[in-house]
Amino acid sequence: MPVVIDHRPGKQGTHEPARQRRDPAPSRLKYRLERMWLTPLYRRMVRVGVPAFLIAMVAGLWLADEDRRALLKGGIASVVDKIQSREEFQVRTMTIEGASPVVERALRAMLPVDLPASSFDIDLPALRIQVMQLDAVESIDLRVKPGGILSAVVKEREPAILWRRARGIEILDRGGHRVASVTSREVRPELPLISGEGADMMTAEALNLFDAAGPILPRVRGLVRRGERRWDLVLDQGQRIMLPEHGAVIALEAAIALDRAEDLLARDVTTVDLRDPQRPVLRLGMDARNTIRGARGLTLLGPDGKPLEEETKS
Amino acid sequence: MAELYQTQRAMRNMRRAALQRGVIGILDIGTSKIACLVLRFDGTGTFRETDGVGPMAGQVNFRVIGAASTRSRGMRRGQIETMAETERAIRTVVAAAQKLAGVRIDHVIACLSGGSPSSYGLAGEITLEAGKVAEHDVASVMAACEVPDFGRGREVLHAQPVNFAVDNRSSLADPRDHVGNKLFCDMHVLTVDGDVMGNLVQCIRRCDLELAGIASAPYASARASLVEDEQELGAACIDFGGGGTGVSIFIKKHMIFSDHVPIGGNLITQDIAQGLRVPLPVAERLKTLDGGVEATGADDREMIDVGGNTGDWETDRRTVSRADVIGVMRPRVEEILENVRGVLDAAGFDYMPSQQIVLTGGGSQIPGLDGLATRILGPNVRCGRPLRIDGLAHELTDPSFSSAVGLALFAAHPQDEWWDFEMPADNYPGRSFRRAYRWFKNNW
Repeated sequence: MPVVIDHRPGKQGTHEPARQRRDPAPSRLKYRLERMWLTPLYRRMVRVGVPAFLIAMVAGLWLADEDRRALLKGGIASVVDKIQSREEFQVRTMTIEGASPVVERALRAMLPVDLPASSFDIDLPALRIQVMQLDAVESIDLRVKPGGILSAVVKEREPAILWRRARGIEILDRGGHRVASVTSREVRPELPLISGEGADMMTAEALNLFDAAGPILPRVRGLVRRGERRWDLVLDQGQRIMLPEHGAVIALEAAIALDRAEDLLARDVTTVDLRDPQRPVLRLGMDARNTIRGARGLTLLGPDGKPLEEETKS
Repeated sequence: MAELYQTQRAMRNMRRAALQRGVIGILDIGTSKIACLVLRFDGTGTFRETDGVGPMAGQVNFRVIGAASTRSRGMRRGQIETMAETERAIRTVVAAAQKLAGVRIDHVIACLSGGSPSSYGLAGEITLEAGKVAEHDVASVMAACEVPDFGRGREVLHAQPVNFAVDNRSSLADPRDHVGNKLFCDMHVLTVDGDVMGNLVQCIRRCDLELAGIASAPYASARASLVEDEQELGAACIDFGGGGTGVSIFIKKHMIFSDHVPIGGNLITQDIAQGLRVPLPVAERLKTLDGGVEATGADDREMIDVGGNTGDWETDRRTVSRADVIGVMRPRVEEILENVRGVLDAAGFDYMPSQQIVLTGGGSQIPGLDGLATRILGPNVRCGRPLRIDGLAHELTDPSFSSAVGLALFAAHPQDEWWDFEMPADNYPGRSFRRAYRWFKNNW
């Protein structure tokens, strides 16, 4: 009821218009639709299924035409190309550090594209794997630096030893990895020489043996791997020191000590057999044996190792 | 009776299916308002100590996720008068509760307040041939109860076994495996008018809902507002509704009597409208805001504008004192209470060990009603509010919602009814194979 009542004629009752009370009950259709909307399956279908279907259908219909597909493909490709060929992504020069001229030339030849090129076209991991296949290269650090520079920092393998094998002479580094091939021993006379099957697997031990052979190093011709098991140290004048499988360095030092004390290697000894470290065996030369045999009154030996006939002696 | 057995079994299976799905609706269709609760049975059994909701009565396994109430339409005296109007009201309240809950309800449990309920106490006895109470003996003793003539068109709403006795040992809750010669059973049966119940079922069906259970409103409100020891020791619950007043008497946690007094709050409103010559909405407002049953001196001086828009200034500016309102209400409230007294006397409430009376329902909020009820009904009167259940909004916890809350408890923990037991084998005429199987099972 209003506080102030208008008593003017014709005004009464107008201030409270008879409001049509709306029926609060939902109609049966609205009630059923609401209940349907509250059904989980229906709800999920309307919210997810129908939009997804519509999107898929529109996309499918649009792409059904060959020309539109080509147009779309071409558009995407041109956008990608435009971005990749921007000035910021161009690689102009290649700098190589720490490589010998031969390796540097090979590296430049390996680059798959002509510079300047986009950095998207240079596949650095693939290039790195390709470069690592060069024997002379130990490791390489490839990166694109700002300013369009492809920088390659190369660490080359250091030649440490020569390995003579049936196919030729190869240079190995300390780890036994091939560095290069040489045509003859005289190309690298400062490097020690090893030979035999499996010698490249044991280059570290071979280098230790060459270090240990200090005093007799001028006489050393090289090391021979025997049966992929042990080393023979070959000296000039046909002498050889047979080293055991284990403790080869100690055995070699013992032989050198023996040489110092007894001047062993200067005598007529063809082989110092140290394969059993407890029991070194010497193999004497032919002259020494004949001298001994002569002193004992035995028949002398011929160059083939057989005793000569009595007639030849007499 | 076999048909009733089938329909009640079907409803029980539907309720089980609803509990399996986890969502069930509660529909309390009263004369003045319709309430709908949506219950979710999450089954975790996790007990949340939120605002005083205790673990008692096992209501921890559900929570209310949606609740709505609206003005009832098309109802009179607890019965459906205009089906279409009531259907619209049900649609309104169900749509609102569903919207709040965010889930769709398919199964509802409803309550029926009118239908002129009448309760019967039945007794039955059988001789135990095995000398021991077996599972099927319980069913057969209930089937052996002497069924009086309920009258034409009456339907059984509740049939609850209240008491079992074996020989001279009485008040057994569960007689199974007791040794004895005779088994006695007391059963309480509540019947209502079948057409009233059919109208309610039809109304709910037309809202696309399945009826998963039906309970009597006085029974439901007693389940909610009587505390556990009152149910155990004996108490009467008086549910003051709009169209009628329901009375139910509980002892040993079973309802043993229920009746309905067809005078309710709407009649009080009508009295005020007639006595003070005001329109019904104004009378309703006077009753709820200024009503009472005990007039004091201050009430004579408290004048209330009744208003009106007749155009006549004198009529529109009328005022009534609060004492006038009380003077109109009090005789009618006294009449209701005297009728309730009559019902309680007829039920023999005076011979109960404990004579606790609990007033609930919307009418119990009249100030001073408990004092008046003490004078008429007996000394132990209290105003009851429904049990607190999880998730129910605070404005829905007043006494007028006690039957809705009671229905929720009924949905979660129904008491044993007659049809929950296996039907005795001799009542299956065509199923001789099952009889043979049972005979073998029992004798070998």
